Amino acid sequence: MLDDPAAARLAEILAAHEGLEGPLLPILHAVQAEWGHIPDWTVPAIARALNLGRAEVHGVVSFYHDFRDAPAGRHVVRLCAAEACQAQGGRALAAALCDRLGLGMGETAADGSVTLEPVYCLGLCAAGPAALVDGQPLARATPDAILETVRC
Amino acid sequence: MLTLYVPRDALARALGADRVAEAARAHAAARGLPLRLVRNGSRGMAWLEPLAEIEIDGVRHAFGPLSPGDMPALLDDPASHPRALGPTEAIPFLARQTRLTFARVGVIDPLDLDAYAAQGGLAGLRRALLLAPEARIEEIKQSGLRGRGGAGFPTGIKWATVAAAPGPRKYVVCNADEGDSGTFADRMLMEGDPFCLIEGMAICGLSVGATRGYIYIRSEYPDAIATMEEAIRIARHRGLLGPSLLGQGPAFDLEVRVGAGAYVCGEETSLLNSLEGKRGTVRAKPPLPALQGLFGRPTVVNNVISLATVPWIMTHGAAAYRDFGLGRSRGTIPLQIAGNVRHGGLFETAFGLSLREIVEDIAGGTASGRPVKAVQVGGPLGAYFPPSLFDTPFGYEEFDGAGGLIGHAGVVVFDDTADMLEQARFAMEFCAVESCGKCTPCRLGAVRGVETIDRLRAGDPDALPLLRDLCETMKLGSLCALGGFTPFPVMSAVTHWPEEFDRARVAAE
Ligand SMILES: Cc1cc2nc3c(=O)[nH]c(=O)nc-3n(C[C@H](O)[C@H](O)[C@H](O)COP(=O)(O)O)c2cc1C
Ligand code: SF4
Ligand code: FES
Repeated sequence: MLDDPAAARLAEILAAHEGLEGPLLPILHAVQAEWGHIPDWTVPAIARALNLGRAEVHGVVSFYHDFRDAPAGRHVVRLCAAEACQAQGGRALAAALCDRLGLGMGETAADGSVTLEPVYCLGLCAAGPAALVDGQPLARATPDAILETVRC
Repeated sequence: MLTLYVPRDALARALGADRVAEAARAHAAARGLPLRLVRNGSRGMAWLEPLAEIEIDGVRHAFGPLSPGDMPALLDDPASHPRALGPTEAIPFLARQTRLTFARVGVIDPLDLDAYAAQGGLAGLRRALLLAPEARIEEIKQSGLRGRGGAGFPTGIKWATVAAAPGPRKYVVCNADEGDSGTFADRMLMEGDPFCLIEGMAICGLSVGATRGYIYIRSEYPDAIATMEEAIRIARHRGLLGPSLLGQGPAFDLEVRVGAGAYVCGEETSLLNSLEGKRGTVRAKPPLPALQGLFGRPTVVNNVISLATVPWIMTHGAAAYRDFGLGRSRGTIPLQIAGNVRHGGLFETAFGLSLREIVEDIAGGTASGRPVKAVQVGGPLGAYFPPSLFDTPFGYEEFDGAGGLIGHAGVVVFDDTADMLEQARFAMEFCAVESCGKCTPCRLGAVRGVETIDRLRAGDPDALPLLRDLCETMKLGSLCALGGFTPFPVMSAVTHWPEEFDRARVAAE
């Protein structure tokens, strides 16, 4: 499980955050950027480096919606589910996407191609419905515009 | 040389601004046309994005909304382009505003520190450096500035508390979590004029005796994070930040920290826990963060807009700011007009416009062309207003009096297809998903709230008194406004659209 290159990479990440005040969230973001989720094996090492209990680190990981316990799909569609987008057809867009991808909100396709998840506001509320597709903002989003991005 | 402005703001990009900029560059290169392309912030007129500007005889002319295919003709002959909107600042939506905090947003390249200084930037910090410490805080107190994050607490009083608190280490924390639906002022400011926030935080640090600051930005804002980080690097390199503010003052440095998708982390004590690397649960007050905040040290926590307004006040004086506004709501407020509207975007204006003026005149009614049914002001914890309450003037006390709140000044418009029971249910569902879990009325009450509304939807009239009781319990028994204010959207929907909650009767008719 714990192959050496991965452990070495984690050690690098931990070293890069030395000297920061309150380094746990930045470390977790870096770990997730590296592996796409927070792998279980990283938790004890992070806890040791920060002088925390494993349960404490795990408690932080589980509190925040962003931290994943399994990798997401190759494409990630974060669809705004908040009020201003609801007022602009957001609910219908969500339903259409779920339907065409054959996924529920918060699910990843079995072939690992795409993850569809809700997000509560992207600050694009004057031109909704909005989405973040692989980190890129999309406004006045339509099912076709979103599917075009995730199919390539 | 032609100067072309194409915004780099996330909303402009979300509507294709990068492709528009690329098309312009490609056409200019192919034609051998000398082109100076500036990626500015957004002017805040969402329905016209991507909106490009070209300087003609020293006056900026606007064109939009544009697609890449428009660019060749636009560069070859701007004057007769079908997307021409005339001089940018004469567009009524902009001409009617009073832009103080947002004066430079959309005007300059956000990462050009010289352009920032040329447009009045750094004057506030320079003046603050010349003032005695008490005089700096007095200026903010006299301006009447209140926190724009939602609670409306007087900024100067908060600063005075931190300044007076003993301790060798103090912090300035900028709350850039902007989680409310329908709000984007913080995002636009950080993406469009990041040095303004840096200057405001520097003045704050100088005033209260803090040498370190953090900007806590939500992870949903990748562009704002990148722009702020780059601006801090530039500010450090140019000696604005670092061992001595502008080479004349004490040390002050800043760091960006990224949230992790928890709405409750916008609440200031939860935010502090998150910065410390803990679960984002809410802390009981007292102690006030001003006295025991980040790592137990005296800490100013202020919203982006509160801090970014400070340089204007320092430059122009408290009286000039206080002259704008209504009652105890002084100065200007960047309204964020969103949802189902014809003209959405950022509209900075003095307090005091009525909701009707905002929704009908400025926003131009709904995008769908259907009648306006409801307006939610102040995010997911704000009440839904029916048209009969549209005469309420925009001010803290005035909205409070009408059973609402202005929050971070997001105005979300719904047309007559909105299902108010569904909106009430969403408010409860959102609270259940985002609750930090500390108090039972919020954690369990919100889940129970969803179930109760489902019973109403199924036609069970006995569920209504239950819903009322539940809201009362949440209001009284919650530690923070997430549990405490969720009853506002729910009960406003029940009060103003009672027929939609009486599904049994509706079904019988
Ligand atoms: C659930 C909840 C969420 C909040 N979210 C934000 C937010 O995203 N941004 C913000 O500035 N204030 C938010 N606040 C208000 C902060 O607790 C605090 O009042 C504010 O940051 C103080 O800064 P100000 O005085 O400049 O407004 C929130 C409060 C609550 C209860
Ligand atoms: S009201 Fe809800 S979010 Fe606020 S402290 Fe209580 S449980 Fe946490
Ligand atoms: S509500 Fe969807 S982007 Fe803000």
